[in-house]
Amino acid sequence: MAIPSVSAQDEQRAALAKKIRLHALHMIHRAKSSHLGSAYSMADLLAVLYGRILRIDPQKPDSADRDRFVLSKGHACAALYAVLAEEGFFPKEWLEHFYENGARLAGHATHVGVPGVEVSTGSLGHGLPLACGMALAGKRDGQAYRVFTMLSDGECDEGSTWEAALFAPHHRLDNLIAIIDYNQIQSLGTVKEVLDLEPFADKWKAFGWAVHEIDGHDCAQIERALTDIPFAAGKPTCVIAHTVKGKGVSFMENKLLWHYRAPDRDEMARALAELGDSE
Amino acid sequence: MRGAFFDALLTLAERDHRINLIVGDLGFGVVEEFARRFPERFLNAGIAEQNMTGIAAGMALSGRVVFTYSIANFPILRCLEQVRNDVCYHNANVKIVAVGGGLAYGSLGSTHHATEDLAIMRSLPRMTVVAPADPAEAGAATRAVAARPGPCYLRLGRAGEAQVHSGPIDFQLGKAIQVSQGSDLSLISTGGMLETAVQVAESLHHAGLQTRVLSMHTVKPLDADAILAAARETGAVFTLEEHSVDGGLGGAVAELLAEAGAGPHTFRRFGLPSTFSPVVGTQEYLRAQHGLTAKAVASAIASILEKERTFAATCTG
Repeated sequence: MAIPSVSAQDEQRAALAKKIRLHALHMIHRAKSSHLGSAYSMADLLAVLYGRILRIDPQKPDSADRDRFVLSKGHACAALYAVLAEEGFFPKEWLEHFYENGARLAGHATHVGVPGVEVSTGSLGHGLPLACGMALAGKRDGQAYRVFTMLSDGECDEGSTWEAALFAPHHRLDNLIAIIDYNQIQSLGTVKEVLDLEPFADKWKAFGWAVHEIDGHDCAQIERALTDIPFAAGKPTCVIAHTVKGKGVSFMENKLLWHYRAPDRDEMARALAELGDSE
Repeated sequence: MRGAFFDALLTLAERDHRINLIVGDLGFGVVEEFARRFPERFLNAGIAEQNMTGIAAGMALSGRVVFTYSIANFPILRCLEQVRNDVCYHNANVKIVAVGGGLAYGSLGSTHHATEDLAIMRSLPRMTVVAPADPAEAGAATRAVAARPGPCYLRLGRAGEAQVHSGPIDFQLGKAIQVSQGSDLSLISTGGMLETAVQVAESLHHAGLQTRVLSMHTVKPLDADAILAAARETGAVFTLEEHSVDGGLGGAVAELLAEAGAGPHTFRRFGLPSTFSPVVGTQEYLRAQHGLTAKAVASAIASILEKERTFAATCTG
């Protein structure tokens, strides 16, 4: 198979990110649910992870040597379900039943009966400890798999996140990659207003992580960062991805409201136009 | 019980390479042998129980049988949500071991009294809850929880308790062990209160009452058959636990009996009130403060049954 050219790779990643955003839009509109802004801030990160980085096989979602992806910010699961459906882990038709009575796809990442969802999350601060356990088991078993976890900035308020942040470098978990979707907005305000995390990168460095800060919407930059891991042998990787809540739809960008609001019909039409829906 | 647990765990680890032990920076003098013999399967997670429990779940989801170990409430309450979501929801093969159940750390103060643990653990889906009575039960319980897939909570006493069972025991999770026969009343105990239960039975024997003593080492799943038979065949059921009377063994037995509609004529829970200890004291002292000595329990039972008899005599007379 020929290696796709750089521009073809760009197109692939962008196309997948667009599909994630379109699915999430329809899902959240239909369900009248929330967290679209949180799904959009990590849509490009997920597109690169699933399209280019993760060593996973939708036909064998439980294979022992698979890379693990733990979505710690489980409330943004619409984007995760969307990418899993696009990658063939389960039928895209399931997305139409997000939030529905009797359906499988709950409003926070749910592993039960959903191939590809590694663990159920929803309460914040659980993902990094779980990922540490998987990474440590991988190291001790001599397995080559990597463990990726996506955290929100808000859940860096949780003590359990910092317990794990202390643990991973001590145990030299260089097969662990924490990606932080640093969109700067949490539940009741900006991160700066609620509980400032700065100097954020310095905190992770001080804990012993190898840290890269990237533009979380620049797919080429994301891919470069996630291809270079570990940044330093013996150190866990922390990628602080600077993102925009609601990225992709102008009137949702950087708006706290879109942590909660489900788009109405008018907003749907405008969002679809901006996202370039051609279907 | 602590020694019996570690002896059993070391033997299990020798045979089964999946067995792992994670401690929350506690266990001075008792965890070192495991750490020395199985360094690749030992972990001190530090004083960070939420992370310890998440790590245990993550490792269990990678094919290991993981024991977490700490004292009193630390491995369950500090990290209750990790126990619920990471361990129980994922049906992770994690065995939570707490040493110092009940008032074992009496003088250390109320922070170290694990007196609501059975109620809380019992309410979690998929959780098996075990409180062995003596070192023999503790060793058997360790082997049993290791062999049972999924989440388990093992509540141990302290170190150096006497053996209560005089001979070999048939230990099966979810099956009570009948320690003595009797037709006048049943006394069902869990955990280290069995020793007291046996003393109560001896004392009542002198008063002409024959007590069926059951060691209900597994609080969940509960041995409904043994409890219903006890109610049916002895008519009077008493529970005894070093735990709040709310929601523990007594609560579980009460729920069962009430719903079965075949309740005994007499039922009473012996345990701790839902309070924090207002005074300092050793385990023995605090038990006595709450009427959990053999003498106090025997006297209370005799008095209750005597009132029943007097009442019955009045009715029929």
